[in-house]
Amino acid sequence: MSGAQRARRWFTNLQKPLGKVLFGLIIAVIVFTVLAPFVWMAISSVSTPRALAQKPPEWIPNPATWERYKALFTSDSSALNLPVTAETFRSAIFTSFLVATTTTIIAVGTGAAAAFAFVRLRIPGVKYLLLATLAVQMLPVLVLIIPLFLMMQSLGLLDTHLGLIVVYSGYLLPVVVWILVSYFESIPPDMEEAAMVDGCSRAETLVRVVLPLALPGLAAVAVFSFLSAWNEFFMALIFTSSNAKTITVAITEFTTQAGADLGLMATGGMIGAIPPIILAIAAHRYIVGGLTTGGVKS
Amino acid sequence: MATALRKLTPGRKRDLRLAAALAAPALIIMLIVAAYPIIRSFWISITTYNLKEPAGAGEFVGIDNYLANLTDPAFWHSLWVTVVFVAMAVTFEVSLALALALFLNRPFRGQGWMRILVLLPWAIPPVVVGVMWKWILNPSYGALNGLLTQFGLIDSYIIWLGEPFRALLIVALVDTWKETAFIMLMILAALQSVPKDLYEAARVDGASAWRILWGITIPLIRPTLFVVISLRTIWALKSFDLIYTITSGGPSEGTTVLGYYTYIESFVRLRLDRGSSAAFIMAAIVMVIVLLYQRALYREVGQ
Repeated sequence: MSGAQRARRWFTNLQKPLGKVLFGLIIAVIVFTVLAPFVWMAISSVSTPRALAQKPPEWIPNPATWERYKALFTSDSSALNLPVTAETFRSAIFTSFLVATTTTIIAVGTGAAAAFAFVRLRIPGVKYLLLATLAVQMLPVLVLIIPLFLMMQSLGLLDTHLGLIVVYSGYLLPVVVWILVSYFESIPPDMEEAAMVDGCSRAETLVRVVLPLALPGLAAVAVFSFLSAWNEFFMALIFTSSNAKTITVAITEFTTQAGADLGLMATGGMIGAIPPIILAIAAHRYIVGGLTTGGVKS
Repeated sequence: MATALRKLTPGRKRDLRLAAALAAPALIIMLIVAAYPIIRSFWISITTYNLKEPAGAGEFVGIDNYLANLTDPAFWHSLWVTVVFVAMAVTFEVSLALALALFLNRPFRGQGWMRILVLLPWAIPPVVVGVMWKWILNPSYGALNGLLTQFGLIDSYIIWLGEPFRALLIVALVDTWKETAFIMLMILAALQSVPKDLYEAARVDGASAWRILWGITIPLIRPTLFVVISLRTIWALKSFDLIYTITSGGPSEGTTVLGYYTYIESFVRLRLDRGSSAAFIMAAIVMVIVLLYQRALYREVGQ
């Protein structure tokens, strides 16, 4: 074996472990890029203001302080200068949960019914109706927001939970219907026909055959609806002021009004991020499969 | 056959009644929340409606509000900022997502965890992403300045968001941090549907990895690339939350995208007529992109 050959052999043998190291390195970079901002937000939320004001900051807080969480959840804010009262913040958390849950139920319930009607019951002109709903979804919310504001004002729905729920449901429905239509279309009609031969009515086939088969799709749109409603900011900013303020609006107030304590917006951010994170982890298998099927995403 | 049809007719009637009952709730909600507001919004955009001057409200002015926007340098500035922002964000996101998807399209340990992990930036509220990065980029106490100083890469703390273009670039990068992962997952799903024997055949024929990428992979996932590029373009055009939380449109209007401009016109200056017409101009731009995308997609499918 010549020297050159040996060198080549040596190089090929090295390529595999080198490739592995490179692969691991790139994975590490991805993990760091995704996680580091979260971790720093978490650390900031339990660091003392003094530790955060160091240059560079104290990366590991010693000791950690739970003051901010305590202040927000127990109103024991003697040590802190809260920009919004703890009560307001807690009511924002409650509002977001209530609005996101109710919106999800309404959007998925009415959306599934409509999608079934569109796919199986051959409503004339349904194709144009679907395209119209999708077109609405593509529009900037800004086109809708002024008339919605005026409408809600005249109906007394501004700054109410009900107002937000109705608006969010309407805004999410086109996507929900669109995704579910593509899901229902993928279910072969034979099974429903078989069920009907066995004496099921149309409505019964929906409940007994279609919905169980479409469960992954329903889960996907439910997760999508909850996340969208929880994360929504612009409409909440315009339509609410005190009573129905949502968590996203409350978080931005931490930054615009915050005085000295920079860790407080990190605390607000953590509280706003934890429910979506838990949901995303719990339902991850439905998210990608379900939403890519529909090809639409917020 | 004929008897079957006659038998079906009452069933068909029942079907239609059921269809109407099932579709009605969703349609009514969409009519109230979408259809009616669009019409009213259009009406506002062709009349006068200034909350600071209630006296002359409701007067028909035709296209005056549109002209007022189209002759306002601030509007053109925000349109330009939007174009630059969208171009940067979409380019970064799609190219990075494609590279990562190609790279990760192989079995490896921890793959499942990886897929969950990359969903996190997508799942959390944009305003949380905004305040989080604003805090990291803080000119006096930010973690980025601290980290770079510690590694000796910078001598003094940098005001990251102090210059218009740099601020816009940073917002585009934050948007990339948030959106890339989901695009990557969509591309990965497409990659996994590419038949494996195609690759093997190409390799047997002695094609290089580069040739395989451009000759097989990219053409086969083109429809998906198409979808993600268009969707990201449409969504990036509508960006608001990140701008609001990170830069508030500044410095010196350097990050005032069209969405933010419309918001200021409508809800800070209270010129609802100007705001509505700006929103419709934006909608028109979005619609043009949607139509181009539709046509291109049909051509793609027709091939």
